[in-house]
Amino acid sequence: MSAQANDPVEVMLRKPSRLSVIMHSDLVYSFLHSRITIVAALVTLVIVLAAAFAPWIATQDPYDLRVLDILNSHNPPAWLKGGDPQFLLGTDDQGRDVFSTILYGSRQSIAIGVMATLFAGILGISLGLIAGYSGGTVDAIIMRAADIQSTFPAILIAMLIDGTSRALFGEQRNEQIVFWVMVLSIGLSFWVQYARTVRGSTLVEKNKDYVLAARLIGIRPGKILFRHVLPNVVGPVLVIATINLALAIITEATLSFLGLGLPSTQPSLGTLIQIGQKYLFAGEWWIAIFPGITLAALVLAVNLLGDWLRDALNPKLR
Amino acid sequence: MTSVLSVRNLTVEFPTRRGILTAIDDVSFDIGPGEVLGVVGESGAGKSITGTAVIGLIEPPGRIAGGEVLLRGQRIDNLPPEQMRRIRGKRIGMVFQDPLTSLNPLYRIGDQLVETITTHTNLSNAQARTKALSLLAEVGIPAPEMRIEAYPHQFSGGMRQRVVLALALAVEPELVIADEPTTALDVSVQAQIIALLKRLCAQHGAAVMLITHDMGVIAETADRVAVMYAGRIAEIGPVRDVIKAPLHPYTKGLMGSIPSLTGESDRLVQIPGSMPRLTAIPSGCPFHPRCPRAFVPCPTFRPELQPEAHSQVACWLYHPFPVTAEAS
Amino acid sequence: MSVMTAPAMPAAETVKPLVEVKNLGRIFDVSKPWLNRVTERLPRRLLVAAAEVTFSIATRETFALVGESGSGKSTVAKMVVGLIPPSTGEVIIDGVSMSNRKHEADRRRLRRRIQMVFQDPYASLNPRWRALDIVAEPLRAFGIAQSDIETAKQVGDLLRLVGLDPADGAKYPHEFSGGQRQRIAIARALACNPEFIVCDEPTSALDVSVQAQILNLMRDLQDRFGLTYLFISHNLAVVRHMANRIGVMYLGRLVEVAPAREMFAKPKHPYTRMLLDAVPDLDLTGRKRKPVEGEVPNPVEPPPGCPFHPRCPFANARCRVEMPLPIQAGAATVRCHAVEEGRI
Repeated sequence: MSAQANDPVEVMLRKPSRLSVIMHSDLVYSFLHSRITIVAALVTLVIVLAAAFAPWIATQDPYDLRVLDILNSHNPPAWLKGGDPQFLLGTDDQGRDVFSTILYGSRQSIAIGVMATLFAGILGISLGLIAGYSGGTVDAIIMRAADIQSTFPAILIAMLIDGTSRALFGEQRNEQIVFWVMVLSIGLSFWVQYARTVRGSTLVEKNKDYVLAARLIGIRPGKILFRHVLPNVVGPVLVIATINLALAIITEATLSFLGLGLPSTQPSLGTLIQIGQKYLFAGEWWIAIFPGITLAALVLAVNLLGDWLRDALNPKLR
Repeated sequence: MTSVLSVRNLTVEFPTRRGILTAIDDVSFDIGPGEVLGVVGESGAGKSITGTAVIGLIEPPGRIAGGEVLLRGQRIDNLPPEQMRRIRGKRIGMVFQDPLTSLNPLYRIGDQLVETITTHTNLSNAQARTKALSLLAEVGIPAPEMRIEAYPHQFSGGMRQRVVLALALAVEPELVIADEPTTALDVSVQAQIIALLKRLCAQHGAAVMLITHDMGVIAETADRVAVMYAGRIAEIGPVRDVIKAPLHPYTKGLMGSIPSLTGESDRLVQIPGSMPRLTAIPSGCPFHPRCPRAFVPCPTFRPELQPEAHSQVACWLYHPFPVTAEAS
Repeated sequence: MSVMTAPAMPAAETVKPLVEVKNLGRIFDVSKPWLNRVTERLPRRLLVAAAEVTFSIATRETFALVGESGSGKSTVAKMVVGLIPPSTGEVIIDGVSMSNRKHEADRRRLRRRIQMVFQDPYASLNPRWRALDIVAEPLRAFGIAQSDIETAKQVGDLLRLVGLDPADGAKYPHEFSGGQRQRIAIARALACNPEFIVCDEPTSALDVSVQAQILNLMRDLQDRFGLTYLFISHNLAVVRHMANRIGVMYLGRLVEVAPAREMFAKPKHPYTRMLLDAVPDLDLTGRKRKPVEGEVPNPVEPPPGCPFHPRCPFANARCRVEMPLPIQAGAATVRCHAVEEGRI
């Protein structure tokens, strides 16, 4: 046994492998012991991967106008009479393969959902930290902004911002930046929850002795916030984020369904449902139902993951 | 003399994914009528769990894995929850550390007292109220007729603990279990509450199980004391003997490490190391790694409580030890 | 050799004290928010946490501040280290005033020489940081260690100094017991080689046998490094083992300051006597206890005159209206009319 291996300096500097820490944690244990959670995680994974690899999995690029053939339109799913095996889940009114549109649509839905959640999270956490640590007027201003924000339903805020952007940029240019407009509007409606939670935790942590000890040494408030307080307040944020993700996806779908979101040239699952809705009563149910099932499965799976995370991270339930 | 409380070979276990943790292991003691038994130990010794086990409030998955708890000769550890609940209110009174959580902050203390009395006795509301007033006066609350209408947060810490004492004694229990009743109070108030507890229990004829980490409280209040270590009783005997002439090396170390107002103010006696965690209780005598007098049998064989002078002590220094036989 | 094995003290008159606290005071505004006050017509409520606190600490000395809840001892401790600004008075450490603007640069240099050990071992260490980073924070903040390896070495030495294994630096706080965490906190306090350490009830949350270890450790470190301590506690027995001089606080004021031996042998202020009386009789001498009255009143509405008069067995008419001024009585400084009038 070499002296190196037992040298305490060596031991201290060696950071334990993150992976081994995670693999043995209580979190992984509770995950592996909950069948529902495993199923939910698998469903989410499948949808996400399918969306990510859409260009390779999809049988056609439904938004490449050259590939479409109007003669292929209105095909029912492959296993029904009149179906074509090339179009597994049928085609819509333009001849687009429904399976492919779902793959591309999921891409948009997930992308917007994730980006919006990230935006809301970063904004909310930062404001929550600042409000909690500063106290006084700064805290009051931020919290009043949060109060005002939360009196408006998310959809309304999203519609407001969306409408403003259409007016500002005109319909034409709007189509190019509508992705980011959606991210902004959905993100802005959700930051409040993060801010309130983080502010509450910050208020508790800032009076703890380890923060006082850092202040005593003269560490600047910014550094204290991000290196000392932040790691201790992010716990609940993870749970909020997962549930928020599901909510963001649904909100985006709703907006698109109402015609205020992604257009039919780069549709999300919501837009697809809206397109398909017109044909529901004509009996061509597959155009709306399959995107609907995908959306529901995705949102449910993410929600279940969020539930699991909340219970797993709750020390009282261990 | 029938003991009020008789605990025999009590064992409490907590199954976890890392194995079964034994919180208390083969604990036995008796409390006679009107007697105050102190259960003293440091954190992790299992004294609070002992109290919780006696009143049947161990939270699952924890469970009583062995032994019996008898109240006046009647087994109470295996009763259905409904019966246990009735016993808990009527025959066993409880005083906990934090009066803020013992009293419901939403109800006036008068209402809480009256509710307790009417639930467990046949008194009418009016009679119960009279009794509540006399109890408040007995515990030293000034102007009880006015204070009975007050809410818990309108009392100071010491006053609240007096109210909790009144609640505990309201229906004349046979046994009072007090878990760190004075730890959250100021030093000057502690002395008052301790004296009150002792006096009241003597007057009402209740036996007391006083759980605390504070030897000073024990010295002032208890008749007998049980010293716990790592889930077992190391020594149990009359207070005077255990404090002035401790037998078990742990008790000796404990007494030596308490700073006092008399005696040498030189270095305090210190016991090296710390109480073992439940996941890593040493074999044989659990104190042996820290014991200055550990010798041959200690790491292998677990000592049982055996009589020695006026006390009982679990230590191989005092009893013949096995040289062969299986390890415990 | 005297019974107290405290380090030898230089004669008080010849050496300038390391810490001087002059007329220190702190008032907190605990009024309800402005809107409530206006609509409910409530007055402002001010909490006098500390007032007219004056004492000094010589180098290598341990000065203890003793009191119950509401006494203001923690507030004074935080003002001495500069965590809270005082409302009145000042703190002077080695000739540098902690509040005078002109001494800004000196104050920054001073930070290295003052440290604090807190009461709650579970809140004084960041649960997400490893022990190495916790103890190294002052080293990094003051630029004492130059490289990661050097930092780790110094941390290892510090951990060994407080009785821990240097390899423990890789662990997180939840892997340690309360006593071990307090040792880590002490190691952190020693990291930048301070001269003056304020200890705010460092052992109150610990078991008795662990407390003994920590107190012994603190005395050893004081002997070895010539440290000066301001020791805050509510436990007189603990204070007896640590302090050279003791100050007793009640409702924000110092009611008695005396050398330890004198205070225990001949306590003067009635509150001091009451505190000593309240210490449990572990020797079972069966000593007669004087009955204790009442509780510490609400600091927001203190009684007029001497704040102790409602509980004092020696209170007279003067005590009910007039706040006593500090006077010398033997080696002690006391605020008490009864002592001044020679009644006790």
